[in-house]
Amino acid sequence: MSATSATPVTAVDADVAAYALRLGDDALVLGQRLGEWAAKSPQLEEDVALLNLALDHLGVARSLLSYVGTIDGTGRSEDDIAFLRDEPAFTNALLMELEGGDFGRTTARQLLVASYQLPLWQALASSTDPEIAGVAGKAVKEVAYHLDHARSWVVRLGDGTAESHRRVQTGLDEVWPYAAELFERDALVDRLVARGVAADPALLEPAWRATVEDVLAEATLTVPETSWRPTGGRTGAHTTGFGYLLAELQHLHRSHPGASW
Amino acid sequence: MTETSSFTAEGGHGAVPTSCEVEVDEGGHAGAQPLWEVFVRSRRGLSHTHAGSLHAPDAHMALRNARDVYTRRQEGVSIWVVPAAAVVASSPDEKDAFFDPAGDKAYRHPTFYDVPEGLTHL
Repeated sequence: MSATSATPVTAVDADVAAYALRLGDDALVLGQRLGEWAAKSPQLEEDVALLNLALDHLGVARSLLSYVGTIDGTGRSEDDIAFLRDEPAFTNALLMELEGGDFGRTTARQLLVASYQLPLWQALASSTDPEIAGVAGKAVKEVAYHLDHARSWVVRLGDGTAESHRRVQTGLDEVWPYAAELFERDALVDRLVARGVAADPALLEPAWRATVEDVLAEATLTVPETSWRPTGGRTGAHTTGFGYLLAELQHLHRSHPGASW
Repeated sequence: MTETSSFTAEGGHGAVPTSCEVEVDEGGHAGAQPLWEVFVRSRRGLSHTHAGSLHAPDAHMALRNARDVYTRRQEGVSIWVVPAAAVVASSPDEKDAFFDPAGDKAYRHPTFYDVPEGLTHL
C-alpha cells in the first residue's frame, strides 16, 4: 500500500473490510464449486481447465481474505476467515454457491459470472483502495480468460447437438435468476461507490447484459425471462446446498486445527 | 475425411487417428474427439518444441486446452496446435533404410577443426 496514504495501513475500515469480504467470499465459494469437478470433467483437458479457473479464484480469495483480516480489526488470518466462519457469516452472492449440476449448467454459470467479473475487476483496478486495486489488476487478466473459456463452451454446447443445447439452456434457465443479486445496491455499496472504492453496480449491469446476450445469440440460446430474483447471500441467508459445501471446505481444518503441509 | 489408411506415427503418444470428425453417437454425445499435437515455444528466440498431444473438438478449443494443460506453469510464450492426422510419420518398418546409413559417417559431424579460442555462441 502507498505510504503517502493519509490513513495508516493498519487502520480499521469496516466498510472496506465488508466489501473485500464479499469479493473474497465470491471467489472462495465459486473456486470451491469449480474444484468439485476434479476428476469428474467430461475430458481430461477440461478437468485441468476447470481446476485452473478454480485456482485463479482461490488466489483472489486468499489475497482478499488476508486483507480483510488486517483491516477489520480482528487480526484474523485468511485461514481463520475461510475455515472458521459459519454459514450466516459468509457474504458471497448465491449464484456462486449453487450446485454445479452438469457441465451445461456449470458452463452457463461460468458465463454469467465471468461476464460480470470482467467489468467488475476492470472498474476495481482503479479503486481508491490500493489493495483492492492491486488484486483487481491481476484478476482482470485471469477473468478475461475465464470469459473466453465460458464463451467458447456456451457457443459449442448451445450450437452443438440437440442434447447439448437442451442441457446448457436448462442450466442457464436454472442459474439465471440468481444473477440479479450481483447488481444489488445497499447502503454499504452506496458509501463505497461514493468513496471510489467499490464498482458501481449500475455501470456493471449494462456491460454484463451486453456480453451475455451477445454470447447467447451466437449460441442460439434463449435469454431467460423471469421476475424471480432470489437474494440474501450478501446478508448471510444461503441456499440449502451451501451447508454441504462449507462442510467439505472446512472439515479438515476444523478436525485438525493448526494443521499445515 | 475419406482417408481410410491407418498409418501410425511413432510419437510419444502412439497411434495417430486418420479422421478429424467428431464422432457423435445416437444420443448426441460426442465420442472420441480428434487428437491434436501441441508445440510450445518456451521463450522468444527458441523454436517450438513438441510438448504432447490432447483431444479437442476443434482448433479453437485445442489451443485453449493446450494453454491449460501445457503452459499452466509458465512453460510457454507461444503455442501451435496441429491436427495429429496432418502429421506424416516415418514408419518403423523403414527404420533401417532411413536412419542406419547415418550411423557410420562421423565426418558429417563438425568436429574436425579447432574452434578459435574465445569464440562463444557456436
